[in-house]
Amino acid sequence: MSDIITKEQIRQPENLVYSKTKLLTDKALSYCPGCGHGTAHRIVMEVIEELSAQSETIGIAPVGCSVLAYEFMNIDMQQAAHGRAPALATAVKRLMPEKYVFTYQGDGDLAAIGTAETIHACNRGENITIIFINNGIYGMTGGQMAPTTLPNMKASTCPYGRDVATMGNPLKITELIAQLPGVHYVTRQAVHTPGNVRKTKKAVRKAFDLQKENKGLTFVEIVSNCNSGWKMTPVQSNKWMEENMFPFYPLGDIKVDGQLIK
Amino acid sequence: MAKVKGDIVVDIEKCKGCEVCITACPSDVIAMSKNVNGKGYHYAESVNEDCIGCANCAIVCPDGVITVYKVKL
Ligand SMILES: Cc1ncc(C[n+]2csc(CCOP(=O)(O)OP(=O)(O)O)c2C)c(N)n1
Ligand code: SF4
Repeated sequence: MSDIITKEQIRQPENLVYSKTKLLTDKALSYCPGCGHGTAHRIVMEVIEELSAQSETIGIAPVGCSVLAYEFMNIDMQQAAHGRAPALATAVKRLMPEKYVFTYQGDGDLAAIGTAETIHACNRGENITIIFINNGIYGMTGGQMAPTTLPNMKASTCPYGRDVATMGNPLKITELIAQLPGVHYVTRQAVHTPGNVRKTKKAVRKAFDLQKENKGLTFVEIVSNCNSGWKMTPVQSNKWMEENMFPFYPLGDIKVDGQLIK
Repeated sequence: MAKVKGDIVVDIEKCKGCEVCITACPSDVIAMSKNVNGKGYHYAESVNEDCIGCANCAIVCPDGVITVYKVKL
């Protein structure tokens, strides 16, 4: 073949290497430009597509920016009251143990109002997968401080930065729940670079595979940006996340095969 | 020598102009258009012939607006 090839010739179905999964609906995502929520949604749907489990999966949407996840994820879904997704997922999984059941929750949802539901579902070792989007802030309601907000990090309710003496320390809920015997697999990932997206997808796949084997609770944290809440451009926020969030929330596996990684 | 040539197609109306794809592209193929879409966003577009079809841009696009093609020459 000659080196001269037109764009029209390249853009043929047989040359396709990547297109958006059909497990995402065609609705425009309600997230801010550059927000990691969209990438996280897509990864989870790609894994379900790989597993051919579109009709075998039930997702639980939270309260937060991703409250409308059921509009975008083209699978059966329910939406839980704020923080209650693990409780609802428990019920769904116990009634339909043959289905894949996952929750998709922000840090305000999972680590503030839903702390009790999170910890007890983990401790009971429910055979569900929790996808935890940690952007260190309450995105939807206007960037208030969350339990996960970093020391000295600015938020709308701590405009001078989080003062740990008066506002308490950030909660590493992922490390906390990893201690519980019911939890089988815990990992912390990110979705801001191609390499991180690939790793996160592998982690989500692993979590779903382990769920199928009834190994107990599987937990994938995704450290993500909230560029609107952090008041940065998307590209700046991804850089800020690498420099500030990752040192405090280091990426990598925390618990594998029921054993803590030390 | 095996040579590859790629190309991207952007769903212009769904692009929000976040520019995350620009940083992800190893061949500096993408820039924001001077034009805006119906929502008022400058959208991503391919500005040269250097695409290698690696799909990095599509993989990091939060809105999944990029489709990638690749041929071996
Ligand atoms: C019972 C209840 N309390 C408070 C709220 C208000 N509320 C809506 S979203 C939200 C925080 C969500 O933050 P997070 O879980 O971090 O998700 P993000 O929006 O950042 O993705 C709060 C407090 C609510 N909807 N229901
Ligand atoms: S407010 Fe933050 S978390 Fe919510 S969609 Fe915007 S960037 Fe994402």
